[in-house]
Amino acid sequence: MRRKALTAGARAGQAGWVRVGTGDGEMSAAVFDEMGPAGQTRAPYALVEAWLKALPAEQVALKRREAEAWFRRIGITFAVYSEGGDPERLIPFDLIPRVLAQAEWQRLQRGLEQRVRALNAFIYDVYHEREILRAGRVPEALILGNPQYRPEMAGFDPPRRVYTHIAGIDLVRTGPDQYYVLEDNCRTPSGVSYMLENREVMLRLFPELFRHAAVAPVAHYPDELLETLRSVAPVHCRGEPTVVLLSPGIHNSAYYEHAFLADEMGIELVEGADLVVQDDVCYMRTTAGLARVDVIYRRIDDDYLDPLAFREDSLLGVPGLYFAYRAGNVNLCNAIGAGIADDKAVYIHLPEMVRFYLGEEPLLANVPTHDCRKPEELAYVLEHLDELVVKAVHGSGGYGMLVGPHASAAQLSEFRSLLRARPQDYIAQPTLALSTVPTFVEQGIAPRHVDLRPFVLMGDRVRIVPGGLTRVALREGSLVVNSSQGGGTKDTWVLQSDPEEPR
Amino acid sequence: MLARTAANLYWMARYLERADYTARLLQGAMHLSAVRASGDREREWQAALLASGHPPVAGDSARIVHHLAFAAENPSSILSCLAVARRNARAVRTALTVDMWDAVNGTWLELRGFDPARMDEDALTAFLDWVKARTGLFHGVYASTLLRTDGFRFTRLGQFLERADNSARLLAARLAPALQAAAEPTLDDPDALAVLRVVGARRAYRVFYKGKVTPRAVAELLALRPEFPRSLLYCFEQITQQLGQIAMQDPPRSAECKRLAQQMDAQLRFGQIDDLIGADPAARLGELIQRIDRIGGHLARGYCF
Repeated sequence: MRRKALTAGARAGQAGWVRVGTGDGEMSAAVFDEMGPAGQTRAPYALVEAWLKALPAEQVALKRREAEAWFRRIGITFAVYSEGGDPERLIPFDLIPRVLAQAEWQRLQRGLEQRVRALNAFIYDVYHEREILRAGRVPEALILGNPQYRPEMAGFDPPRRVYTHIAGIDLVRTGPDQYYVLEDNCRTPSGVSYMLENREVMLRLFPELFRHAAVAPVAHYPDELLETLRSVAPVHCRGEPTVVLLSPGIHNSAYYEHAFLADEMGIELVEGADLVVQDDVCYMRTTAGLARVDVIYRRIDDDYLDPLAFREDSLLGVPGLYFAYRAGNVNLCNAIGAGIADDKAVYIHLPEMVRFYLGEEPLLANVPTHDCRKPEELAYVLEHLDELVVKAVHGSGGYGMLVGPHASAAQLSEFRSLLRARPQDYIAQPTLALSTVPTFVEQGIAPRHVDLRPFVLMGDRVRIVPGGLTRVALREGSLVVNSSQGGGTKDTWVLQSDPEEPR
Repeated sequence: MLARTAANLYWMARYLERADYTARLLQGAMHLSAVRASGDREREWQAALLASGHPPVAGDSARIVHHLAFAAENPSSILSCLAVARRNARAVRTALTVDMWDAVNGTWLELRGFDPARMDEDALTAFLDWVKARTGLFHGVYASTLLRTDGFRFTRLGQFLERADNSARLLAARLAPALQAAAEPTLDDPDALAVLRVVGARRAYRVFYKGKVTPRAVAELLALRPEFPRSLLYCFEQITQQLGQIAMQDPPRSAECKRLAQQMDAQLRFGQIDDLIGADPAARLGELIQRIDRIGGHLARGYCF
């Protein structure tokens, strides 16, 4: 198969979308494209390639508009903080799916399960015996002085000893077999509604495509989530547990997702003011009176959960909720204090945790990371700042981050002084050549960098829906995929069975 | 069901009903001010304002139109009503059917296509027609798609409590003085005609009454006719019916709300128009509006809004 450069101006009715440019100039040789170079399409993408070749140019614009109209109609919008303009923006959606072979997925799945088990064991340990600290494998100061460490949780056993009921593990890829975990999200990871709605819209727009491709379904995620939540009901709970989703409300950037998940699970979507705690028991206010609540899938940060226990100025929370939790009358998912595992300096020690708690070798690698609290590593980081990515250890969402190769002299010098002032607040990583996937751009189809956030559920057992959220950096050469920084999304396919690889 | 969900559904329906009523008032005023003698034109606009329950607004018709239709600072302007209805709908996405959400959200999206700064007579007519069509769409869609559970009942309650309130205000604002004047008119009464126009009931009137259009007959149509879907009686039949079906574990809590609604229903069902308006129609109708308001208050308390 040959691909000639063909652009969006192709004659009407003419089939054959072909990729233009590599997008990365001299970098392109080092970048792994998941579809493969022209003429050597990798087996999982064979169907996508055939589909693109047969897709008339004018169809693409039409389908893109249909997709946008659909997303706007269902109201799947995302509010971007601290910016003007339309407060309900759509995240751009790219029509070309990102495909993972079943074998590739199997490997990831094993690695994800192992990682989340280690994370849970670590969080349990940190709030109990602190064996890993006493063994000197993780520095004590990093944990006990961490703002995400919750002393209130010490000695408390959540049901089934599970802390991270829902974890979002951000993965990047640099080669056919090279995956790295970029970060672990153990607090309130979001984005799963995009995984589900992206599939839904693709099924609507291109039903015939799915007749040929055996793509593993993702639509049962809400069922798996509900099963997970029910499996961690408090031990005293009698009968069917009542599960609710606690949202900060319609002004939250992820409100759509909260409403969507509650709807799909058939549970009540509540706000703080809908819940009340009496004698350490949590109830919701219904038109028929108070009704007891057993499990809360909360999408509110620890700080805002209970004004009596944490931030007293919180209007989002429920006074007394923490005490109902400690009394074992209601469970919170994820657990209070699980955020300790999100810290990017704690992340450095994850491979060690896998060995320490599970006695296994890590299946998923970390990105080699410089711990700026060590003087020799700080010196290296300052010297090579223009090659590295620097991240604030407590930050998330791409805020407060420096991408060295793309930074201006002013940004570099700003971060140099930040690093010197508070080295313990930063880590640095090499700029990875993130894999690319073909993406529709102005000029046609071009490779754009992607990452992957699969969602791992943990309750009575670990459940992982095959797929995840693929985020794509739409700007040419950009490595930042965060939706708050202009990233888009793609449907993520895991093939149910793999075609024979040539060779 | 969650009390907040019930409140959101109730207010969503109330605000959409109010948007519809305000559009009707404005259309009525537009038409009547065109056919009135020039000295009486402003009176029509002030009457519309009064019938919407607003305090008087100084200024000409353009100001009043803006205030009732587009003013963001007026919480009952059509624009505010549609925005609040949508906000309520968004807060209870999970309690709406997809078609209901489409109707409310689609209205809000299309609203952006109207430019309040460029409202000549034609554009205003088109806008008001659109408002009526969109609220009509919402009413049809929820009646035909929403499960008959408590969510439906609270939506209904919001719609008909608001409608009862609107009909009572229309009567009080437009007909109280004419009802007081006992003399049999020689022509169709202009205020009675204005009321029929606002509620779109010229033909309905002809079905039940022959001869001249009189304030007393119009008041009867709007208050006591069980066949007319904007009459107070029709509204209270709906309200008491829905209240009776809402699930309750603690009946005393909602007892006062039910008692007041049943009392009103009985009075409308068995009363006659002369009993209802008495010797001082303005005072009696004012009292009626307050009673409807009180029922709304007890509803909120009874169901933990």
